Amino acid sequence: MIALLIRDLRIAIRAGGGFGLGLAFFLIVVTLVPFGVGARTELLRAIAPGILWLGALLACLLSLDRVFALDHEDGSLDLLATAPIPLEAVVAIKALAHWITTGLPLVLAAPLFGLLLQLEPRGYPWLVCALLAGTPALSVLGSFGAALTVGLKRGGLLLSLLVLPLYIPTLIFGADVVRRGAQGLDVTTPLLVLAAITLASVALVPFASAAAIRVNLR
Amino acid sequence: MSLLHIHDLCVARGGMAILQNLCVTLDRGQAIVLRGPNGIGKTTLLRTIAGLQPGHGGTIKLPAEGVAYAGHADGLKPSLSVLENLQFWASVYGGRSIEAALDQMNLADLQHRTAQTLSAGQKRRLGLARLMVTGRALWVMDEPTVSLDTRSVALFAQIVRQHLAAGGAAVMATHIDLGLPEAHVLDLTDLRARARGGFTPGDPLAGDYF
Repeated sequence: MIALLIRDLRIAIRAGGGFGLGLAFFLIVVTLVPFGVGARTELLRAIAPGILWLGALLACLLSLDRVFALDHEDGSLDLLATAPIPLEAVVAIKALAHWITTGLPLVLAAPLFGLLLQLEPRGYPWLVCALLAGTPALSVLGSFGAALTVGLKRGGLLLSLLVLPLYIPTLIFGADVVRRGAQGLDVTTPLLVLAAITLASVALVPFASAAAIRVNLR
Repeated sequence: MSLLHIHDLCVARGGMAILQNLCVTLDRGQAIVLRGPNGIGKTTLLRTIAGLQPGHGGTIKLPAEGVAYAGHADGLKPSLSVLENLQFWASVYGGRSIEAALDQMNLADLQHRTAQTLSAGQKRRLGLARLMVTGRALWVMDEPTVSLDTRSVALFAQIVRQHLAAGGAAVMATHIDLGLPEAHVLDLTDLRARARGGFTPGDPLAGDYF
């Protein structure tokens, strides 16, 4: 299983692997919003938590269709399905690899992007906390969408439509953590709900994804 | 001891039965070559044996560990080297040594090249070398000799023979002669499932068989 993780990470950082795609997209969103909204610090400060989370979510969505599609095209998915690793573990590892290459860079770069959006200084630790707690759910839920659409050519549109509703709870509670943190309010409840969503997704969704892949391989 | 025992299997593609009454028993040291016209269901049968899709009835008994499957695509990652590709599959299957497989499929000189720079035949040789590092007794291969030259076909026949001698077994679909006279040939034409009404919709050859 570690071999699979190492392979996926290695492919991601080699030429054409798509590493940094999410980060670049996040940067574009966050840089363009102030131009669109205008130089109104108060307004930017108020919408910063929502924009940061929205940017992270869309950046995550951007690279989802690669999670299984490439392995399906070159036949690796058939071979992995007949390999000694359970398909549930394959799915979980691939979601983890997606998080490491997409979610983790976003978490690390978020404070810098918060600066561009005039986020309140006391909101920074909560921004990192919320993204750390919430982005794994984005990768796991997204891999479920990718598993459902794996056999389809150009399944990206369907994938986005399937996954977006599943992302809404993470977006609501994630942005709430940052907003409350920036205002100096108590963040315990939304942070716990956010962590609960992530833990439940990590525990349950790989089984659904593996089932979806089995159906799609037929 | 039999490695593969298929009894009265019915194979379906897209919900429609295409092969029926299939009975096969394969002992250690034996190989079966599947023959039949395009679309008869060779790939579907091999995928059913590999467990990638369910049968429509009947039973398949396999070794508990499962099979080593090689499909039309080789499952290679273009940005990884030959060595990394093979090493990955070796680790997945429990970390066997890959030296012998590289040598026997004549890949030793190519081991540091990335898979995207290989020719179709070289890719296929790498795909077949993967079978050798799985350590599984039953090989299920779909058109293993596509894009191989005569010399590589001979190499392939040699590793299959070696696998059989070591107590393995193989099921393969192929259109060419492999130089494996000991392999049983199973022609699937007679096992074609008869659609109700004695006619397979959309199949212009149907008249020849019914």
